[in-house]
Amino acid sequence: MTVPTHNPASPILTVKDLDLFYGAKQALKKINISMQRNQVTAFIGPSGCGKSTLLRCFNRMNDLIDNVRVEGSISFEDQEIYAASTDVITLRRRIGMVFQQSNPFPKSIYENIVYGLRIAGVNDKSLLDETVERSLRSAAIWDEVKDRLHDSALGLSGGQAQRICIARAIAVNPEIILMDEPCSALDPISTLKIEELIDELKRKYTIIIVTHNMQQAARVSDVTGFFYLGELIEAGPTRKIFTNPEKTQTEDYITGRFG
Amino acid sequence: MKQYWKTGEPLVMLTGAALAVILVMTLTLVGVVLTNGLGYFWPSHLVRLELKDGSTALGQIMKREKNPLTGEHRLQLKVSNRDLYGQDFRWIDEKDVTGRSLPKDALLLERREHGNFAGFLSGLSVDGLKVDQATSPLEKLKLARAAIEERQPHLDNIRKKMMTLNQQAESMRLKLLKLEYRNREQHAAEIARLTATREQVLAEFNVLNGQATTAQAEIGGFTAQFKDVSGGAKDIPLVDIMRILAPNDMSIPAKMLAYASRVKELLLDEPRESNTEGGLFPAIFGTVMMVLVMSFFSLPFGVIAAIYLREYARDGLMTRMVRIAVNNLAGVPSIVYGVFGLGFFVYGIGGSIDAIFFPERLPTPTFGTGGILWSSLTLALLTVPVVIVATEESLASIPRGLREGSLALGATKFQTLTRVLLPMATPGIMTGLILSMARAVGEVAPLMVVGVVKLAPSLPFDTTFPFFHMDRKFMHLGFHIYDVGFQSPNVEAAKPMVYITTLLLLGIVIVASSMAIYFRTRMRKRYTSSHF
Ligand SMILES: Nc1ncnc2c1ncn2[C@@H]1O[C@H](COP(=O)(O)OP(=O)(O)OP(=O)(O)O)[C@@H](O)[C@H]1O
Ligand SMILES: [Mg+2]
Repeated sequence: MTVPTHNPASPILTVKDLDLFYGAKQALKKINISMQRNQVTAFIGPSGCGKSTLLRCFNRMNDLIDNVRVEGSISFEDQEIYAASTDVITLRRRIGMVFQQSNPFPKSIYENIVYGLRIAGVNDKSLLDETVERSLRSAAIWDEVKDRLHDSALGLSGGQAQRICIARAIAVNPEIILMDEPCSALDPISTLKIEELIDELKRKYTIIIVTHNMQQAARVSDVTGFFYLGELIEAGPTRKIFTNPEKTQTEDYITGRFG
Repeated sequence: MKQYWKTGEPLVMLTGAALAVILVMTLTLVGVVLTNGLGYFWPSHLVRLELKDGSTALGQIMKREKNPLTGEHRLQLKVSNRDLYGQDFRWIDEKDVTGRSLPKDALLLERREHGNFAGFLSGLSVDGLKVDQATSPLEKLKLARAAIEERQPHLDNIRKKMMTLNQQAESMRLKLLKLEYRNREQHAAEIARLTATREQVLAEFNVLNGQATTAQAEIGGFTAQFKDVSGGAKDIPLVDIMRILAPNDMSIPAKMLAYASRVKELLLDEPRESNTEGGLFPAIFGTVMMVLVMSFFSLPFGVIAAIYLREYARDGLMTRMVRIAVNNLAGVPSIVYGVFGLGFFVYGIGGSIDAIFFPERLPTPTFGTGGILWSSLTLALLTVPVVIVATEESLASIPRGLREGSLALGATKFQTLTRVLLPMATPGIMTGLILSMARAVGEVAPLMVVGVVKLAPSLPFDTTFPFFHMDRKFMHLGFHIYDVGFQSPNVEAAKPMVYITTLLLLGIVIVASSMAIYFRTRMRKRYTSSHF
């Protein structure tokens, strides 16, 4: 895999006229949006509007579901994500994901972090050790777990487990990290920690986050997209969306007059 | 009342009651088996009863019960001496008993044949054995017996050598058959060579046979004279005596020792007297080996089938029908599996194996007859649904998030399966294994047609190559219960054996499942732990 050189101005992900159907039901309608490198993009919108569905298109997680049909195009740099030639394994290694429910594997913390490397065939002890420390530090949880790396990850609190999952995603050095409501199961303090972490992470990674929390979107994101009933109603710089949206629907949602 | 129902309290009580009923039934069953089985080996007193008609009887009191006809109490006396009296047991009405005593010199002999002997020692013909330091006649008898025991290894040795020679001769015979079957002329030299060696082996065998016969005659010459309670004389060769007990003159520790030695015999020895006496080792071995071989087949097949059904097959009509079929397989009467095993494995596959690999032996079947392999396969077929269902359930109960988490890190489906799903499903798979093993251990009906026998001449595992003889017939505790309990000519004498065999069978199930449960708990600890 050669690392292409990028024009910093060109978007890392570009979605063009994307339609997605679950069987006969259309979940995404003509979505057009692009995401910039090293920015945090937030997807907001009422429940069931298709935010997760779109997010799961980026790493082709929707492939796991029967009867899903995708039309349109998503390009990751110059690569068409839904092209037949795309190697899903490599794609998922380059676009990591953090889920709503933290999902540590029933293994030790250490093994959780190196999972992505091990399945890629890396077994060099020093490299693994180094990755564990680097990822845990990046996920701001090194100090909390450095003495119990070989304990089961199931013994961690929800917030810690979620940061382990972030560390696990970082360990394979992805370019994009997708986060689907990463804080919805967490208390305010853990949430704050993860928000700080996102701020930190965007220096190295591009982040796309789905959230139901307006303040969170406002705090952490550079760009916000508002979805409603499978359509992208409006997308733009976060400050603009939150202070001066173009569409009334957006304004209604943000001010809480709806849903 | 309605309010009361709404509290849910009655339902709780109902569930509790149901559990209690089940517990009571199970405990009763185990209790009956335990009390009847465990007491059997205890050397209880030999009671001499004087009867109204002037006769006497000597024996162990087995039970006391009301005679259903006369309404009076009667005693069941185990008088032994089957060869003298024709039967081991006698019922005596209590009102006929005029006196009871416990004669100190009463002996109970366990014999190789004809069951026990109860009576008194009257003389010994043991010239040539070293019994000088003995103080009493009983002591003398015991010493003589020990002296003969010492000579036994010599005989056993000869017999073992004879067996090896016999096996060699047999395998040469089969080889010869094979060569002749293929092409007589071409292998003429080889055939001549083999025939010569075989002759040599047979000659050696004959020499040993002669030695054995003399040794046996020599030992068999030593006898002891006994009298039963009414004075009838009986000569018993010392080699026929397995154990000498004087239960009326034994301390509790001595009785405990006797008990332990009989339990040891039960676990490690071969059966005697059409299975009503002696040990159960071949049956224990056969049962355990059969279940292990069965697990060897049913576990991997069941797990792989379940993985396919749950992880790879599309969840369509077909998959659902397969699943229903698998679940319903458990409801097919087990004898049907037996018949299928006989037709498919024994005659079908076994017959073809014989036709292809052992044509020279036909019409004597090698694999084309019941054997431990076919029995294990038949039972594997019977229990594989249990493994499939358990594996599927445990795979299904793994949260979707874990699969997605693994896939999202770039794992393939197969990596996800082997690194995350299977380890997590292992406790559930173990549960399936326990259930299937328990089911298989208790299954008798299908085995009766695919390879279990009342008495197997040799174990399916021994020290001659290839060690596992999967074509051999074998003994099985479950079948043993049926055979001893219902097919034995001497049902009353066999009754304790039935309980003991049941006890052993229960023991095996408990040991096997405890081991599996131990491993399961260890794994559970590793793979689950509450978190929030
Ligand atoms: N596997 C599926 N099969 C069929 N329909 C689905 C499936 N997953 C989602 N949908 C439908 O697609 C639509 C979009 O779902 P999606 O999960 O993307 O919503 P969301 O915006 O993430 O909602 P939430 O905020 O509640 O997570 C919903 O109407 C949902 O019912
Ligand atoms: Mg969602």
